[in-house]
Amino acid sequence: MSQAAGANVPQKSIDPKLFTWPSNKPRLLGSQCNNCGTTSFPAQASCPRCCSEDVETCELGTRGKLWSFTIQGFLPKSPPYAGTETLEDFKPFGVGYVEMPGQVRVVGRINVSSPEELAIGMDMELVFEPFRTDEDGTEIISYAFRPVA
Amino acid sequence: MTDVAIIGIGIHPFGRTDGVSGLEQGAFAVRQALKDCGMDWGDMQFAYGGSSAAGNADALVNQLGLTGLQFVNVANGCATGGSALQSAYMAIKSGMFDVGVAVGFDKHPRGAFAVEPEKMGLGKWYGDVGLALTTQFFAMKIQKYMHDYGITDDTLVKVAEKNYANGALCPHAWRKTALTYEQIAESPMISHPLRKYMFCSPAEGGCAIILASVEKAKQLTSHPLFLKAAVVRTRHFGSFEVFTQGQALDQAPSPSVDASQATFEMAGIGPKDIQVAQLQDTESGAEIMHMAENGFCADGDQEKWIQEGYTKIDGKLPVNTDGGCLANGEPVGASGLRQVYEVCVQLRGEGGERQVQNNPKVGYTHVYGAPGLSGCTVISR
Ligand SMILES: [Zn+2]
Repeated sequence: MSQAAGANVPQKSIDPKLFTWPSNKPRLLGSQCNNCGTTSFPAQASCPRCCSEDVETCELGTRGKLWSFTIQGFLPKSPPYAGTETLEDFKPFGVGYVEMPGQVRVVGRINVSSPEELAIGMDMELVFEPFRTDEDGTEIISYAFRPVA
Repeated sequence: MTDVAIIGIGIHPFGRTDGVSGLEQGAFAVRQALKDCGMDWGDMQFAYGGSSAAGNADALVNQLGLTGLQFVNVANGCATGGSALQSAYMAIKSGMFDVGVAVGFDKHPRGAFAVEPEKMGLGKWYGDVGLALTTQFFAMKIQKYMHDYGITDDTLVKVAEKNYANGALCPHAWRKTALTYEQIAESPMISHPLRKYMFCSPAEGGCAIILASVEKAKQLTSHPLFLKAAVVRTRHFGSFEVFTQGQALDQAPSPSVDASQATFEMAGIGPKDIQVAQLQDTESGAEIMHMAENGFCADGDQEKWIQEGYTKIDGKLPVNTDGGCLANGEPVGASGLRQVYEVCVQLRGEGGERQVQNNPKVGYTHVYGAPGLSGCTVISR
């Protein structure tokens, strides 16, 4: 359900530094250290391993294995949570780290609500989709993971 | 260098004390500790104090006396109490002072700790989408650990059951009612695999520990305890910590491993010598993982240890004899000092119904918290 630029509803990235958007093939952005080779997520101006400032923004992969997970069982406190659910209609959501091979393990929401649907080591893929809709109708786009069908 | 003794201990009961400020709970604990060793506030040459949500610790002088002593405020996340103690340890060890106090207190609002992702440099998006919850971190760390080392859900329940049972025997504990296995196992799932009664809650409380040089201690008491080691360590690149957005592929050990090894080295003993331990139990899984991170057993052995009751008060290594954070809640500034208080009570043989048998001589404490730091001590008779 990745949505391309040019959809009918106006869309906006939740954070323009987090992934390429608008794009036909959106990608999460990290940074690659030219000194020690470490990949970080999100992109940052220096390397958390070796302190080098010789880093450049890079695109991360879109598929990887599930490293660990949980299910967020209650409505998170707002703020900071910006989701629009209420106590009545809140549905638990998955959270996990997906290991992008050779890069970094990325945290994100997972589009399932039951732990039975998840297992450490399973193949996951990245999706970009509306997280919520602003008062003016603009869809706020974020990323999430889902098990590979 | 002189050795360091613990001569006075004091605690304000943990939990919820309406109408008593955090600062007042800290002052109460200091007065108790002074009474315990027969000293006056005016005898204190220095103080290290911390609180994360209940004001500046040095304001204690307004209640205890404006004596002009050196008072340093300590702020070090969840290891604030442990860091105050470690600072006091150094002050004595260096020979600069020969008696002083480490104090911590707190009074947190009800409910989960407030989180402001932007203040931590995490990006607003992270909080927006519902990822800025410490509970998720704890759940994912134990989820991975259970997968890798065969720890069962049943063992998670049994750790909580033990700590609430211990809390029920402890006068300073918040939760004084033991919970049944079923109450814990059927409590709402907060963050799979962790349930409501497997987590500790923010709370209130105060604790104070008076340290002295061994020479000074011998003038004051015939039975001092000895703080053989006190160490604080922070995380390395690659250790899995709360609010990690991108986890490095190369996994580094937790700061608890570093702190523990340095503590044992400083004390000149090993984990097998410890007869009673207080290990950070922010949730059930944390206590399980910390047993191995602190060197008490191999990864995966916890399943057997807990199923066989080794960590109960009558087991071979009693852990969290006062109910730990699960039964006491977590007033951040005081939590690490409560562990030290409890080990002292046990080594003095004053544990009452929760007393570890066979006169334990050596105890251990371990506090761990955000943003990835640990403080450990070894205390002996
Ligand atoms: Zn680097």
